[in-house]
Amino acid sequence: MHDVLIVGGGGAGLRAAIAVAEADPKLDIAIVSKVYPMRSHTVAAEGGTAAVIKENDSLEKHISDTITGSDWMADQDAVELFVKEAPAELIQLEHWGCPWSREPDGRIAVRPFGGMTIERTWFAADKTGFHLLHTLFQTSLKYDAVKRYDEYFATKLLVENGRCQGVTAIELRSGMVQPILAKAVILCTGGAGRIFPFTTNGAIKTGDGMAVAYRAGVPLKDMEFVQYHPTGLPGTGILITEAARSEGGILVNKDGYRYLQDYGLGKPLDITDPRHPLKRTMELGPRDKLSQAFVHEQEKGRTLPGPYGDVVHLDVRHLGEKKIDKKIPFVRELSKNYAGIDPVYEPIPVRPVVHYMMGGIHTDIEAATPLAGLFAAGECACVSINGANRLGSNSLTELLVFGARAGRSAAAFAREHPQSDTRALEAQARDEQERIRKNFIAKQGGKERIARLRTEMTATMESGAGIYRTESSLQETCNKLAELKDRFPRITLDDRSLTFNTELTAALELEFMLNVAEAVAYSALARTESRGSHQRTDYPERDDKKFLAHSLAYRTEGPPRIEYLDVVITRWPPAERKYGE
Amino acid sequence: MAEPSMTLEIFRYRPEVEQEPTFQSYTVPYREDWVVLDALNYLKDQVDGTLSYRWSCRMGVCGSCGMMVNGTPKLTCAAFLKDYYPAPVRVEPLANFPVERDLVINMDDFMHKLREVKPWIIREQEKPVSAGEYLQTPTELASYKQFSMCINCMLCYAACPVYGMTQDFLGPAAIALAHRYNLDSRDQGQALRKDVVFSHEAIWECTFVGECSVVCPKDVDPAGAIQQEKVAGAIDLVKSVLIPWGSR
Repeated sequence: MHDVLIVGGGGAGLRAAIAVAEADPKLDIAIVSKVYPMRSHTVAAEGGTAAVIKENDSLEKHISDTITGSDWMADQDAVELFVKEAPAELIQLEHWGCPWSREPDGRIAVRPFGGMTIERTWFAADKTGFHLLHTLFQTSLKYDAVKRYDEYFATKLLVENGRCQGVTAIELRSGMVQPILAKAVILCTGGAGRIFPFTTNGAIKTGDGMAVAYRAGVPLKDMEFVQYHPTGLPGTGILITEAARSEGGILVNKDGYRYLQDYGLGKPLDITDPRHPLKRTMELGPRDKLSQAFVHEQEKGRTLPGPYGDVVHLDVRHLGEKKIDKKIPFVRELSKNYAGIDPVYEPIPVRPVVHYMMGGIHTDIEAATPLAGLFAAGECACVSINGANRLGSNSLTELLVFGARAGRSAAAFAREHPQSDTRALEAQARDEQERIRKNFIAKQGGKERIARLRTEMTATMESGAGIYRTESSLQETCNKLAELKDRFPRITLDDRSLTFNTELTAALELEFMLNVAEAVAYSALARTESRGSHQRTDYPERDDKKFLAHSLAYRTEGPPRIEYLDVVITRWPPAERKYGE
Repeated sequence: MAEPSMTLEIFRYRPEVEQEPTFQSYTVPYREDWVVLDALNYLKDQVDGTLSYRWSCRMGVCGSCGMMVNGTPKLTCAAFLKDYYPAPVRVEPLANFPVERDLVINMDDFMHKLREVKPWIIREQEKPVSAGEYLQTPTELASYKQFSMCINCMLCYAACPVYGMTQDFLGPAAIALAHRYNLDSRDQGQALRKDVVFSHEAIWECTFVGECSVVCPKDVDPAGAIQQEKVAGAIDLVKSVLIPWGSR
């Protein structure tokens, strides 16, 4: 039995593992991940990570930017400690070797991101997530206490006497289903962008951790808040970082017009004006508002048609080749390789793309879930610091701050709670093994193809629970998801073998995604207001009287039960959310 | 007009089913903007769910989807069908590695070697976080930055003739990673990495214009890293022979 078991080896999981090792070198730590840690999707984050380090910035500004950005849905006590702990986390990462971009004098360089009053985004060119992940992974290798279960797919939480004490996992190489037991468990499994058809998220982001927690009775919080990033490449959904705009890139419609000025984001400055780009204005507005503006332009017929739907243009040509290569080289690489255009000479076609789940497993500020012994951190969790709209470059910081907190909390829990009788846990694991054998590997009959159900699920999520939603669109999506849930038991696998059976994992991932999608759609249906990324055309106003509250979706046999929990407001009373002033 | 199509010849090996690997031919729709990985996903979803391979980000940064495409190590998310069409494309697992199944290789050896080079900052004295960041000028950063860009895709191992002959060789990516930390102005661990980097004489067999750097999708230039490490190693060797106290 391990002391602390971490599911997920991305940024949050690795940070948690190191935090446990540093809290108590005697603790035995395990990381279970369905991929090798450096494949985790933290690797794809580009633009940067926020923390106050410059003299002209202040904690107060980072806090209020984050709260305003969240449309007052973030818990203010959580935001406050997040902002206070952020600088030390990023400096720690610097000490561990992260190749941060620097000022000429050798100090950390920063850039502005959308919704910020001042520049506070640390970056490693435009591969910040890649460097952050590899730095954490390489650093984790020096701790002998960290044992890794690479390419083990966790299928279920093992819960006995109201306490989470491990998981069952499939070793992909052998197909063996086995219990992995621990005194405390941390879920760090990332988001679930793959429930949508068009996403920046990699194939692995299927909400596994959210789903196993949900099935164990833990509520999923604020699931209706899904972030669309305004600039994805059409077709592939590959992310073009916000840094392209923070370095001065502009968004234009088919007439070459900077359309954001029509949507309450302020007036544009000329691109030759040294004050461009102005913070919290135009292209540096928040992601929810920029993505929503695209939909309005599309309705006005002012977008450009493309083979993968309508697009607008992200133009960085005026930055020049030298600056593009220095500050946003990955933007150039991705545009050339995947859109066939060189942004030095041509504008980049972009459209909004599902990017991030603000919601997730309900935790408190210590990263503890309501289930004893279970903790969560990173995108799979919801503390919440992101509320109804996350500010760009807060997510990498979040996985560090709350990954470390989860590690320390789990270490303390493991020290205080002796292992219980493992026989009951092992019996549960045998039941789970039997479930997988019976429902998948040895299953007879059924004609449904996994890919078909998955495509129908993603299509209904986009059509009914996308950037703009209504009661009827959401109801239709809920009905469709219920139908898919009924059809799921009729799937059939081509592959019945044990060695690296990726069709089996695809089936298990689909089952997880159906759980997560259901929580998103029903939470969105119940929230009859518009706030941040959740826009209801039938309820266009924010309703603080009724909905200054987090939704909590609990799993039932039928549709999820939705409850509410008041948002923590301390010093920043709700106000109108204004940009461009 | 019928939709254009092309043929993929895919290496198949399922240890529970077949004694020996075989090749299986599949027809896939030809689309100009498809990469080899898109064609594999099409087959997996629509035609044959038993085909196994690794992938995730499909934007060239997670390092999962390396395979041999017509005999050359490639990230399949960056290998466009249009560069091969209309000829058939042969897809195989990365060379020089044991195969677990189909296009999935066993990477235990690589993971072990990564750790061997101690890829973390080593210092005699650690500065407390409260004392702030280590200063590092853009020039100091530039000295190692290229070698920090490795995504661990292992194409360089599949291309390395030396690794193909002797698996004891530490190999391109691991040496480049050691070099990355050795060059970092914050690091003082070069002496501790030396024994591992020069643990096998195979390093001296590596030639200057290495295949590893040719196939690297991130321009890390592991061959350059190996040559620079060799120079450092040779100087060290000379120092220890001529002035025994010089290499402390």
